[in-house]
Parts: sequence; C-alpha cells; structure tokens
Amino acid sequence: MNTIEAVSLTKKYEKLTAVDALNLSVKKGEIFGLLGPNGAGKTTTLMMLSTLLKPTSGSASINGFDVLKEPSKVRASIGMVFQDPSSDEILTAYENLKLHALLYNIPVKEIDIKIDRVLALVDLQKRKNDIVKTFSGGMRRRMEIARGLLHEPKIFFLDEPTIGLDPQTREHIWEYIKNLARETEMTIILTTHYMEEADRLCDRVAIIDAGKIVALDSPENLKRGLGGDIVLLKGANLAVEEIRKLPFVKAVEEQGAYLQLSIEESGKHLQELLKVAGVIEFVQAHSPDLNDVFLHYTGREIREEEGSSMDRLRAISRAKNK
Amino acid sequence: MKTIIKNIKGIYAIWYREFKVFTRERTRVISSLIMPLMWYFIFGGGMGRVASVGADYHHFIFPGFLVMMVIFSSLFNGAYIVWDKKIDFLKEVLIAPLSRTVIFFGKVAGCMTDALLQAMILLIAGIIIRIPFTPISVLLTIIMLFFLAIGLVSMGLIMGSFMESPEAYGIISSAVVYPLFLLSGALYPLDKLPVWLKILTRIDPASYAVDGLRDTILGVSALPYNINFLIVLAFDIVLVITGTWAFNRMKL
Repeated sequence: MNTIEAVSLTKKYEKLTAVDALNLSVKKGEIFGLLGPNGAGKTTTLMMLSTLLKPTSGSASINGFDVLKEPSKVRASIGMVFQDPSSDEILTAYENLKLHALLYNIPVKEIDIKIDRVLALVDLQKRKNDIVKTFSGGMRRRMEIARGLLHEPKIFFLDEPTIGLDPQTREHIWEYIKNLARETEMTIILTTHYMEEADRLCDRVAIIDAGKIVALDSPENLKRGLGGDIVLLKGANLAVEEIRKLPFVKAVEEQGAYLQLSIEESGKHLQELLKVAGVIEFVQAHSPDLNDVFLHYTGREIREEEGSSMDRLRAISRAKNK
Repeated sequence: MKTIIKNIKGIYAIWYREFKVFTRERTRVISSLIMPLMWYFIFGGGMGRVASVGADYHHFIFPGFLVMMVIFSSLFNGAYIVWDKKIDFLKEVLIAPLSRTVIFFGKVAGCMTDALLQAMILLIAGIIIRIPFTPISVLLTIIMLFFLAIGLVSMGLIMGSFMESPEAYGIISSAVVYPLFLLSGALYPLDKLPVWLKILTRIDPASYAVDGLRDTILGVSALPYNINFLIVLAFDIVLVITGTWAFNRMKL
C-alpha cells in the first residue's frame, strides 16, 4: 500500500515553476529521500505534502487523505522536522514538547510519559528542563526530531535533517533516524543535498532537479545503472575512438578537460585501458557514488559550496548556539 | 464535544507558550513599564502646572496611563508573530491539526494576558498613590481594559500577519501606537479639539476606554461607562473577525 501518492503535483510562482508535475508514490515503512541541489523544489514539495502550501495544480494523498480536501486529517497523520529552527528558544525542552502535545490533543495524562519516552530516544532526558537557548545546534535538532515524534505520526517528514551540523553530530542523527525506521512502522521522507546522507539512509531516492524527478530508484540500483566504475582521464591527445572500442568501456563522456569513462571492474581493466589511451597526464578511478549519478542525470554536480547565503546563515546561527 | 476540547487545548497551548515567554522576559516587562511611568510623572508633572481640566491633573491622566500601557503592550506583542514567521516556529504551530481560527484565539488570549498583567501592575501603583479607586471602579476598570486589549491585540496580530520583517512591523506599529494614544484623550480633554481631530478621536477605540474609565474612577466623562463599554465591544467584534480572516489568509 502506498502511504504517499502525488499525481502531477505542481507549484508555480509568477515566473518560476518550483515543482513541475511531480509524480511520487512511497510505500509504508520506507525511508524515501528527495535528493537535489538548493532550489530544486524539495522543500516546496514537502510543504505541499504537509498542507502548508497549496499546490497550483495536481493532487496528493497522505495516509489515504487528500491534502486539499482533508488537510486536518493529513496534519494529524504526519510529523515534521523543519529545515530552520522551529522551537521557542526561551522555553525549555519540556515546555516546547508540552506545547506540541497540547496542539496535537494528546490526552493530558499521557503527556509527561510520552515526553520522557521521546527525549530518551534522542538522549536528551538530562536536558529536559534546560532552556533551548543553551542547546547546541545538534541538540536542538534532536529535540525537534523528538517533538515531531511525540504524537506518533504515521509519516515523518525531515527537511534537511543535518544541514549545518558537524560531521559527528550528523553521524548521530543518522543513527537515530535508522533506529526509528527499524523499530517503528513509520514511513520517513527526507530531503537532503548531501549525497552521503541519501546513500546511507534511504531505501529509495528520487533525484530532483529544477522541480522534476530525473531518476528514482534505490541508491544501489542508481549507482549500478551507471554501468561500472568511474575513470577520469586527462591527456593531450587521447585516443578516444580506440577507448570507445574496448569491450569493457560502457560510456565515454567529455567533462571539460577530462574524459569520464564508465568501466566494468576498473581494477582488472585499467592496465589495458591505459595501454590504448595514449599519453596520460592524470588518471583516477573510483566506484560510483550518488554524486556521479547526479552528474550523469543533470550534467552538473551538487556542490556544497554552492549553498545559498541562507545556508551559511543557518550554519552560523547553529554554530553560535554551541 | 471532542472538537471543543481539542480546540480549547489548542488555545491553551498557545497561551501557555506566550505566558512562559512573558514570565522569562523580565527586562521586556520592566522596560515596557518605564514608558508610561515617564509620561505620567515627567509629562504629567509639567502639564499639571498649566492644565485646567476640572480635576487634579494626575488623577485626570491616570486612566489614560492605564490605557496607554494596554495600547503599547498589545501592539508590541503583534511583533512576535513576525518573529515566529521569521524562524520556523509559526510553521510548527500551523502544521498542527487545528484551524487557524483556534491559533488566532490562542494568540489573542496569550498576548492579552501579558498586556493586562502589565496594566495591573500600574493599577496597583495607582491604588498606592491614592487615585480614588473603589472596589467597584477597580472591577469596572479591569473589565474595560480586558475588552480593550482584545481589540488592540487583534489589531497588532492583523498587522503582523501581513508583514514579513520585524523592522517593518516596528515602523508601522509606532505609526499606529502614537495616534491611538494621543487621540485617546489620555492627556487632555477631547471636547476642546478642532473638528477634524475630534472626528479622528471617534475612530480610536482607546478614546472610549479612557472616557469610560474616567467615568468610573473620577465621575467625569463625556459618555457614561456603559455606552463606552458597548462601543469598545463593537470594535472588538470587528477586529476579532478581521483578525480571524487575516490569519486564515496568512501565507508563510
């Protein structure tokens, strides 16, 4: 059964089509990733699926409820962790969670028990009565994850769950998300522009660029789809035609000054390749990662440094809290 | 019945947050008390020498001073909705399975409590400095300020719901706060004003609150307390309905 079903979901702003006729179905219990650069339309998609933004056209159903016709029921079925800090930093962790519990009509008797349970899940029991302002960026994120789980949603949305966090904290948050998926039947949808994050966490990944899904499969299949290992060559007069004729070469693409090849079992065939290639200035071989997949489908790389100024602000505001 | 409980809990949730913030931001509370005190003692001290209003000038301006507290604090609180928008806190609230109308009422309840508690501090100060209060007039004063706060908080929230930046809210709100205060008759009797100003005072809900309070506290007023109260109530109805509408159309 599909818990999420979007049919030609579209959001247009005056000149820009942020999300362009997106079709999506996500099965119950899946961890599903929307991977793409900033401005690809990931957050806009999430906002439409969570009823915070009205689609220009198209439709979507969440947990069997239509986002336009039954927004309240959709909202009761989902939990959300936003990209930007969304807790009140003057309140304590407990108070932020209590506010959430009341908003979601959790029976008063159960509120404290449930708060303790979700805080334990993200190792924050000890900081329960501390004011959020004193939290590090990672702790605040964990608290917001705990809060999103408080009302036991069927579907959990995470918008860039580790943006602006240091590698160690990122690792921790991945652990929490994985455990969550293992221990509950929850469907998890996350957006990210970190290749590694999508690779490590997701059962399936939709690569999204300029509002469109350009590829959708499991990370393994996406990588396998490239036809082998990636070899980069650089040289003045490479014998491109000869290289093309080699039986183990699956694809040849020019990438600026480099020649990018997809090769079966590069470890075994590299020697033979170099023999026919001509004079080599530079060679590099690696197993494909999602970066290569992204490059293959969009002709561009997702580079972290192309992060918007808003990203940098976020990183700063998080760092400031440490 | 279930829906009613759910909605009451929703309103309580928003109120709970506003109230917690209020109790923690002591500097804000104290600094917002300074402005009315300055007007009362410095401006009142100076004007008291020259004004003839048919009563002790400090007594005369005391109701206006309570109303001023409510005006400043109510409209100031509207700014918080703009801050909530700026971080993702507002999204967290709006994604809850509650109607925007419930969220609006929760906001009104919360901000109103802040405004009233601050006015209460001044009211107690007034009793201490021997403003001639009676138990009845204290009660009627609180009721009037309560209903005035509902309208003015709604006004602040309406403005906040349309705005993106806290700075813009600051500019617009002072362009609203000062006319509301100066045209309320807090500092001088309105009957001597030129006609065009008099017309403006008529659309200022605070002017009816000031007049009503003068009736119950000092026994001098243009209109009786009850009429003033009904007019304030009418303003409330219009502002609350507009506020509900503004919240329902608010974009993130």
